[in-house]
This record gives sequence, structure tokens and C-alpha cells, in this order.
Amino acid sequence: MPSAATENKANVPKKGIFNNTTGFSTLITVTVLSLAWLAGFASRLFAVIRFESIIHEFDPWFNYRSTAYMVQHGFYNFLNWFDERAWYPLGRIVGGTVYPGLMITSGTIHWILHTLNIPIHIRDICVFLAPVFSGLTAIATYLLTSELWSRGAGLFAACFIAIIPGYSSRSVAGSYDNEGIAIFALQFTYYLWLKSIKSGSIFWSICTALSYFYMVSAWGGYVFIINLIPLHVFVLLIMGRFSQRLFVSYSVFYIVGLLLSMQIPFVGFQPIRTSEHMAASGVFALLMAIGALKYLHSLNPKGQWKQLLILGGLVAAVTVFLAVVLLTYMGIIAPWSGRFYSLWDTGYAKIHIPIIASVSEHQPTTWSSFFFDLHVLVCTFPVGLWYCIKNVNDERVFVALYALSAVYFAGVMVRLMLTLTPVVCVLAGIAFSILLDLVLREDETPAPTQESDDKNLYDKAGKLKKRTPEPVGETGLGMNVRSGTLIAFMILLMLFSVHCTWATSNAYSSPSIVLASYGNDGSRKILDDFREAYGWLSQNTAEDARVMSWWDYGYQIAGMGNRTTLVDNNTWNNSHIALVGKAMASNETAAYNIMTMLDVDYVLVIFGGAIGYSGDDINKFIWMVRIAEGEHPKDIHEADYFTERGEYRIDSEASKTMLNSLMYKLSYYRYDSGGSPPGFDRTRGALPGLRGFKLTYLEEAYTTEHWLVRIYRVKKPDEFNRPRLPLAKRTIQTSNVMSKKLAVDIGHMTSKRRKGALKNKPILVKGKKVTKLD
Amino acid sequence: MSSLTSVIPKLYQEYTTKTSKKLKIIDAYLLYVFLTAVIQFVYCCLVGTFPFNSFLSGFISTVSCFVLGVCLRLQVNPENKNEFQGLSAERGFADFIFAHLVLHIVVINFIG
Repeated sequence: MPSAATENKANVPKKGIFNNTTGFSTLITVTVLSLAWLAGFASRLFAVIRFESIIHEFDPWFNYRSTAYMVQHGFYNFLNWFDERAWYPLGRIVGGTVYPGLMITSGTIHWILHTLNIPIHIRDICVFLAPVFSGLTAIATYLLTSELWSRGAGLFAACFIAIIPGYSSRSVAGSYDNEGIAIFALQFTYYLWLKSIKSGSIFWSICTALSYFYMVSAWGGYVFIINLIPLHVFVLLIMGRFSQRLFVSYSVFYIVGLLLSMQIPFVGFQPIRTSEHMAASGVFALLMAIGALKYLHSLNPKGQWKQLLILGGLVAAVTVFLAVVLLTYMGIIAPWSGRFYSLWDTGYAKIHIPIIASVSEHQPTTWSSFFFDLHVLVCTFPVGLWYCIKNVNDERVFVALYALSAVYFAGVMVRLMLTLTPVVCVLAGIAFSILLDLVLREDETPAPTQESDDKNLYDKAGKLKKRTPEPVGETGLGMNVRSGTLIAFMILLMLFSVHCTWATSNAYSSPSIVLASYGNDGSRKILDDFREAYGWLSQNTAEDARVMSWWDYGYQIAGMGNRTTLVDNNTWNNSHIALVGKAMASNETAAYNIMTMLDVDYVLVIFGGAIGYSGDDINKFIWMVRIAEGEHPKDIHEADYFTERGEYRIDSEASKTMLNSLMYKLSYYRYDSGGSPPGFDRTRGALPGLRGFKLTYLEEAYTTEHWLVRIYRVKKPDEFNRPRLPLAKRTIQTSNVMSKKLAVDIGHMTSKRRKGALKNKPILVKGKKVTKLD
Repeated sequence: MSSLTSVIPKLYQEYTTKTSKKLKIIDAYLLYVFLTAVIQFVYCCLVGTFPFNSFLSGFISTVSCFVLGVCLRLQVNPENKNEFQGLSAERGFADFIFAHLVLHIVVINFIG
């Protein structure tokens, strides 16, 4: 795979040699693009080769589940699908709360292949969709860059985007997520936009709108397009670059795109109701006003019109702005949603919406991750940007705006690195193409002269004096400098492709539901605990059993275990999540009340202490507390879960609230594995503070091989009489904190139980008593 | 203000003399579409927007008809020849028809 990547990059400079013949350049273009596709596809297959053809992570599981549902039940049933298995007891209207582009794409591919009698399972289509689309992204990037600069730059950009880690992080095989197809749609929309603005043709604008429609159906990031294109138009207007081509392309794109985007049920009337979309309509109105004034001006071109034109434009702009502000205040247009607001004020989410701040991909980007994801391109793309600004035209204004806004957003959120990657590839492609132009073109012309000089040297020494100064004066670059630069940049590109392959293989190709650990001798051990647990759930629990877990695992439980979940990765209902967080953060008794209220049958926690897995629930626990505190500030206090010195620990110094929380108990119950003192927590590197305790309201149902997933069954009210018998004895022996609490809580019942504890009474009688009590 | 009142008849005169018949037909169509949009808007203000999608699709379809008509007019106008290079009047009309096809399929889908 690295060899394929270097190969096609080695092909690029050859283009200069065959520049004059169109046949050769087409051949080379096609070859390079198909090699880029192949290299991109191949470098995304590490996960399949190392593990298996499996859906990765969290969100892809939901996408896969709904794709399978759509393939099975048809498109219309999918649109009307009410999923009662999620968000118990609320349910979720899936058809109206999902971007269906991904499902429709793979469903269409599935349908076509089956019409051709190629029986392929929908899972394989889902797994390989993103790698296949990476090739299409490469082609779209090529088109975009050739529209901006030259075909050579386009080939560079296509090769870059095919293998760059910033993009392959979201599109390895099995990462079946919206971004995989959305980046293609993004690049293709931008290409068509530039095409339409260049030609001024209605046809290309309609194509832009259709491509935009595909983007809207695929990813929420379409807002980026619908703000960037108006921004481009606005900047062009300010620069005095109004043209009728601009008028045609934007007005057609906007109005058709507006209508098309409202066809997606999840988007609905948002394009005319929310502030995120208002910039586009404002620019549309402004463009209309300017167009009308220009037309009047053309009817009667006289001096006074110029002032009127400027005045009219300003008045129109101010009117539009005031109208939007007024409508926002009147409540007709919704103000910016929190997710967008957090893009401007980076501290906003941390204070107001902990659920957004809790997701690791919403954190601000570190400098190292820029380099890790983009490698040498992060240093070279400003060169391309500088050249674009230097030789500015309508299209290059666009790419400059694209680069600047994407750099900003990538700095705010790790996740938006994805929008930066394509433009970095485009600009770095331009930079490299300029460089090679400089180095190679001059290399070609003086090379023959020097050769002839050498020949002349043999023939007549006298002619040498005339010729040698000319090439030196022309180029200004010596042969050594040129070849040195060339070799240096070739080495850089090779290092880049090595880094890309390495990063894709090591950092981004883990399915995260199958873990691999390496022994000291390099041997690999597969930890398949997640599927073990979900398989157990699907085999051993009732069909309608409700499983409570933190929301991260909701999609996986629904997808692999096929059981009802309370909260999942959709995170649309914050208070419901907060309730689950509260249950996890409370002590057993309070948690039991919440769990009976929510009809919970099983509780699932992820515990990485035995194998040193750091993404487990105890490490996420503080976010559960924060989210719960946001909704229930009276019952949950974040400070209670820290030690007095403000440390987050689990050992004997941990706070009492922490040690008694449900999450803590479920994680460390009966835990005796992991390292030299049995019960040592390898992730936190500490011995748990509370050990050897018993559970009252829950019983352990299943624990996987490496303790990674632990499932507990919530006892029914008539059941926890039985274990209370031995527990009642223990109260006398050890006077445990927990059993004291129990005694207080259900004191009446306990006293009765004590009387009955003399003999093992039949369970039937106990059950009767409880039902009477209820 | 006085200059404005004097300018308007002059504009009208310029328009009637300078504009070709083809463009005048398009202008009549534009005026008709514009009035349709106005009527719809007034109706919605008076009666209410209840089937909001129907109102939107009707209104947006007239707005886009207007926009497309304006674009066609710009492309057909021989004065703008160098602005739209490589786009003949026939091509412009074909594009116009294509855009209307796409537009009205969507409108029919949306009107409910």
C-alpha cells in the first residue's frame, strides 16, 4: 500500500513531460486517479485484514441497523419507522430524526447488485462503502483543483486526499458513518459551484443544487456549504466583482437548493426558520436588489446612478439584516442552536451543555493532531493559499475563504478537522504543482542547452562564452539547487505517504468493539468482550428486556444485542440521559428507585480495570455526574465525587459518595483480577477503596472474559427478600454502611424479615407479603 | 424627488425603444409570475399559512420561476454576449427547461 501511494505520486511529475499531447495527459490522469482510488481503498482495509469485516464504533451501528431495516422493510416503512426499542419509554421516530442519505446510498447499491444477481450481504456494502467513496472523493477533489488551478495540481490533490489520515480517520472500512459519503458530496458541490460561477449556466447551478441536496440528505455539515457559498458571494460583492454569471449561479442555486433541502424530513422547515440558514437568504435578497439596480443603471447609464446604486445596495443590506434580527426577536426565526453557538464561544458548551462537551471529538484540537492528521501538508498549504490570493480570481476567492473558515473550525473542534482536510489537500496540491513547475520546467529547457554546450565544448571552445551566461541568467537556479529541491520534496512526499499508511494502520483502523492487545513477544491477542456480552444479552434475556447503560453503548446494544435501550448516541433528550446519569451516580437505593421507575431489567457497565482499557465507564463517570447535576442540582453535586483535595480517585482516599455510587459498585463488585494484589485496577493504577461488598438490589448476571463488560440484573421487588436474609446477618456481624442504609430504608420490612430469618421459609409466602405491602 | 419623477418616464421610454420583442415577452411572463407570488403572499397574510409546506412550495415555485426567467432573460439578451461566453440562447432555453423539470418535480413532491 505505501508503494502504491508513492507510485502514483511518482507519476505526477511525468505529466510535465507529456504536457503537449492530450492523449498522454488523459491517459496519465486516468491512471493516476485510478491508482489514487486503489491506494485509498487499499489503505483503508487494515481493519478488515487485522480483524474482520465488521461495523466499527458506535454511530455506524445505528446506521447499519437502520440500513438493514430499510433493506428489509422498504423505503417508505423506513421513513415512517418508529423505533420503540430506543429511548425507552419514549421511543424514537427514526425516519424523521435521521439523515437518510447514507442508508439510501447503500440501499441503492444493494438493490442494483441484487438486480444484477450478485447476492451480497448488506453488511459488506456498509463496511466497504466509505473506502469506495474515498475514491470518488479523490476524483471530486481532482475536478475541484483543476477548476481552481491546473490539472497537475488536481492530480496531486487527488493523491493527497486519497491517503491523508485526516480523512481516512473517518472512512476506514467498517466506519459506516455519514462523513464517509458527505466529504465526497462536499467536494463535488464545491466543484459544481465553481463550475457554475465560471460559466454562468443554469444547468451547472441546478447540478450544484442537486449535489447540495445529496449533501443535505447525508450530513448535518451541509450548514457549512449553505454558509460558505453565500459568504463567497458576499465577499465577491464587496470586492466589486458582481457579474451576471454570479447572479445567475447564486440565485438559481439558492432557491432550488432551499426547496430541495426542505425535502429531507429531519431538516424540514429549518432552512427558513433558523439563524444558521439566514445568511443565505440575506445574500439572496441583497443580490436581487443589486441585480435590479444594475439593470436600471444599464437602461439609463448616467453619473448619478452610481451613488444611487451604492446607496440602494446598502439600504437593501441593512433592511435584510434588520428584518432577520427583528424576526429572531419575534421568535419566528430560531436563534443559533447551542451546537453552533459553541463554535464561536468555545467555553460555551462546557458551561451550558455538558453533553456536548463530554464527547471527546468536540474538544478543541491540539497542535500535534494537526500534524498527525495532515503531516507535511499542514506546512505547505499556506503556500498554495498565498498563490491563490496573489493570482486572485472569482474561484480563488472561494478557496481562500474555504481555507480560512475551515482552519478556524478545525481549531475549535477535533471533529471538524474533517472539513479542513480537503481544502488542505487542494491547496497543498497547488503548492506542489507550482514547485514542480518551477523546478522541472526550467530543468527541461536548460538541460538540452547544457548538453549542446557540452558538445560545443568538444567542437569549438569559442562558442561557449556566448551561450553559458544565458541559461544561468534566465533561471537563477543552479542545477544542484533544482535537483536538490526536487529530491528533498520527493523524500518529503515519500515520508508523507509512509506516515499516512502508518497513521491509518495504527491509529484509525481499530474497530473499537474488538480490541487487540500485544504480548511482550509481539503476539496478538483479540479481546472480543463486547460482542460476547451483547451476544449473551441477545441469547439469554427476554425479547423485550430493557437494558440501562451509559449512552455511548446504546447503539451497540440495539445493533448487536437487539434489546431495548434507555438512552443512546442520538442524545436528543438531555433530561432522559441525565436521569440515567443520576441513577449511575446515586447510591444503590436511590438508583433502584429510578430504575424501577424506568422499568430497567438489566444494567450494563464497561469496566476496563482488568485489562487497562482507559475508555471505560469509571473514566467517563465524571461526565455522568456533570450531566446529572445539570438536571438535578439538588441531588447530585460534582464536588462530592472528588476527594477533599479535588482529586478524582477510586482508592481508599476516594470520597464516600464516590464509593457508594452505583457505577462504582457495579464496576468493582466481586472484582479480583488484574495484577499482583488481586482486585488491582490497572487503568487507574490503584487498589479500589471499597471491596468485598455485596449488592442488594441487583445481581450479577454476566461478566465477560476480561471483565470488560459487566451485566447486572435488577431484582424485582419481590426478589430481594431472599438475599436480604444473609445480609441481615451481616449487619450484625460487620455493621456495614450499606446494610445500615437498607435497614433504614425498608425498616418495616426488615423487621419482619428478621423474625422470619430463623428458618428458611418458603419463598411463596414472602412473595405474598410483599404484594400485600405493595 | 423631482429628478426621480422625471427619470421614470425616461426609463420607460428607454425600455420601450431599446428592448427587443423577445425580451418583452419574457418581461411579460416575469410580471405575471411576480403578480402570482404577490397574490400568494397576500393570501397567506390574510388567511394564514396552515398547510405550511403547500404555501412554501407554491411561493417558492413562483419565486424560482421568476429567478429562472430573469436568468433566461440575462442569457438571451445579446448585450450580455461576452458575459456568458459559450452559452447560446438555445442552450439557455434548454437549461431553463431542465431547471423547470427539476423544480416542478420537487414542488409536486413537497406540495403534499
